[in-house]
Amino acid sequence: MLQEESDLSLIIAQIVQKLKGSNLYAQLERQAWACLQRPEIRLESLKEDIKEFFKASGWEKKLQNAVYSELNVYPLPSHPSAPPEHLKEPLVYMRKAQGSWEKRILKSLNSMCTELSIPLARKRPVGEQKELLNKWNEMGTDEPDLSLFRPVYAPKDFLEVLINLRNPNYENGDSLSFRTHLGLIQVPLKVKDIPELKECFVELGLNTGQLGIDDSTQVPPELFENEHVRIGQKVLVQQDSAAAQQYIRQGSPTALRAELWALILNISSQPEDILYYEQLKTNVIQHDLLVDSLIYKDVKLTASNDDYYFVFEDYLYQVLLCFSRDTSVLSHFAYNSASPPKSYIRGKLGLEEYAVFYPPNGVIPFHGFSMYVAPLCFLYHEPYKLYQIFREMYVRFFFRLHSISSHPSGIVSLCLLFETLLQTYLPQLFYHLREIGAQPLRISFKWMVRAFSGYLATDQLLLLWDRILGYNSLEILAVLAAAVFAFRAVNLMEVTSLAAAEAVLADLSTLKVMPLLQIFLFATVT
Amino acid sequence: MSRVLVPCHVKSTVALQVGDMRTSQGRPGVLVVDVTFPNVAPFEEITFKNYYTAFLSIRVRHHTPLHTPSKWVTCLRDHCLMPDPHSEEGAQEYVSLFKHQMLCDMSRVLELRLILRQPSPLWLSFTVEELQIYQQGPKSPSLTFPKWLSHPVSNEQPAPRLEGLPDPSRVSSEVQQMWALTEMIRASHTSTRIGRFDVDGCYDLNLLSYT
Repeated sequence: MLQEESDLSLIIAQIVQKLKGSNLYAQLERQAWACLQRPEIRLESLKEDIKEFFKASGWEKKLQNAVYSELNVYPLPSHPSAPPEHLKEPLVYMRKAQGSWEKRILKSLNSMCTELSIPLARKRPVGEQKELLNKWNEMGTDEPDLSLFRPVYAPKDFLEVLINLRNPNYENGDSLSFRTHLGLIQVPLKVKDIPELKECFVELGLNTGQLGIDDSTQVPPELFENEHVRIGQKVLVQQDSAAAQQYIRQGSPTALRAELWALILNISSQPEDILYYEQLKTNVIQHDLLVDSLIYKDVKLTASNDDYYFVFEDYLYQVLLCFSRDTSVLSHFAYNSASPPKSYIRGKLGLEEYAVFYPPNGVIPFHGFSMYVAPLCFLYHEPYKLYQIFREMYVRFFFRLHSISSHPSGIVSLCLLFETLLQTYLPQLFYHLREIGAQPLRISFKWMVRAFSGYLATDQLLLLWDRILGYNSLEILAVLAAAVFAFRAVNLMEVTSLAAAEAVLADLSTLKVMPLLQIFLFATVT
Repeated sequence: MSRVLVPCHVKSTVALQVGDMRTSQGRPGVLVVDVTFPNVAPFEEITFKNYYTAFLSIRVRHHTPLHTPSKWVTCLRDHCLMPDPHSEEGAQEYVSLFKHQMLCDMSRVLELRLILRQPSPLWLSFTVEELQIYQQGPKSPSLTFPKWLSHPVSNEQPAPRLEGLPDPSRVSSEVQQMWALTEMIRASHTSTRIGRFDVDGCYDLNLLSYT
């Protein structure tokens, strides 16, 4: 079909354009020049011989992984008439809502700036730079006075914005009718139901082996675990991203997880990457940002108080402070409904040559942001590797959890999916909770926004994040949230207030994630 | 293939409704948009931005020779724009429909009629916006090569081939390929990441701006 062919060539052209600016392109060029010395390359069949060489030496696989990564991350090229905002978010009212939310955040940050008389950014004096450089590996010992700082927003503020999201073209009658949603989210996005989820998450089925279920002590390892580990090692030897992504849907063995995640996210630590991280470190040392204090405060309030993650406090500073200075993160705003905050150099208001983004990566951290990094500290111990993995996870997944968009993995769709699942498959529980004024989303929202980090035990969290990577989607967070409610349904039916419901669901650290998901999706009688 | 915008006049939408429009409670589920052309135009592509229309049908009236009345012919039947009429999927997408998707010949179009349907009662209104019709533009002028390059003279005697040397025609074709490759490499430019966030070393900022 003509249309499909032209679509395909457009996608190919887009990917080629993207890859041309990458390290891989330069490396492939160098390799091609170097291999001209080899005897098997002949002038008559230059193109085919070089292709053969790439295939044999593994470079074709690297290119394949890079293309696969692009296809996973970037949306397909849109219609030629569509403006760039349409790629960020197709629905106009959601773009507007995201714009107003951002304006509120900026106002809050500006007022914090003026109240505390602290500049947004300041160049550090040389003495302070030296001091910070010496203290780089133990920034956690620093006890700056952060009492005046407050987080710019918390998940519950964001939830209020989502609750008030309305489509102006939708029949939002005051009286209850078939049009009103019984949950908190009132926008009619398309979400999957259980039969569609079963098809989507087919590898989590009862007949397929899973790590998190079939590797427990009662199950002899010959049945599943040994073979699964063997296949995992083979996948790592082959260095194929697509195969790794398919493999990890059944969970990753602990020993292989760090390498598998790096393979799926297409991260290989080249010397250029280490240099880039060092450059970011230099940027941190040279300039002090207001956002740094927000990061300090967030780490002290969340990760430092957590039994599992307090040991990684220093790592968190090293990653998050550098993350704020990384301008390469700006490219993800092409497909993120959010936009980076803008500012001007002092005295040059309105002059475009002096316009800059603040913070340099365009991302303002909120309360709990550091929890996105904390679980990764269990897997990666070199700061630059940890940093690369976190950055890639953020621009692929985590940004969707705190921006308003209609994407199926966006937080709005996740909330609606959670409420719809609960309403459809646990109607009595949903009705009861609603009657006592304990809308279920008020309890589960904070779990989903943090991707369950800090709520589940670490090994369970990593099994959950395996599946996020494997399916390239965050929908599993909503399914897990519904499964947790289903698991504690009996207790929840007996509570009579929101506070009591919160108490029943306060401690998730004993939960086993995979059995819950499997039962909810495949073993519940509907 | 270039395309050229065809001037056309889009009439305002007309709702089709059973019963008295003033007293009826429900909203219309069918709208009709007429598009007329000042000149008879060969149709290539129609582009528009959807706004909550679920299904689209297009009927066309062709230009016929004199004295024969032209009839309306359906050229697109119930093209689905929203897979689920009750949810937002596809509701505000940009859509292109091409000549090859039409059921009839589109070379001499006098008038187009778009029939929009939205069966779901959830939406307050629906329409299509930014309607544009294109016709096929002039073909790009072909590059003219000197005759001796594209049609080598064939009646020259080939030089006697020396032993052990590769076939000259094969070598020339490979040299052509290599030339094309080097031209491509020279023409491409890498987009380098600049990575600096300050302006000339200065990052002393005002407050954040709200635009």
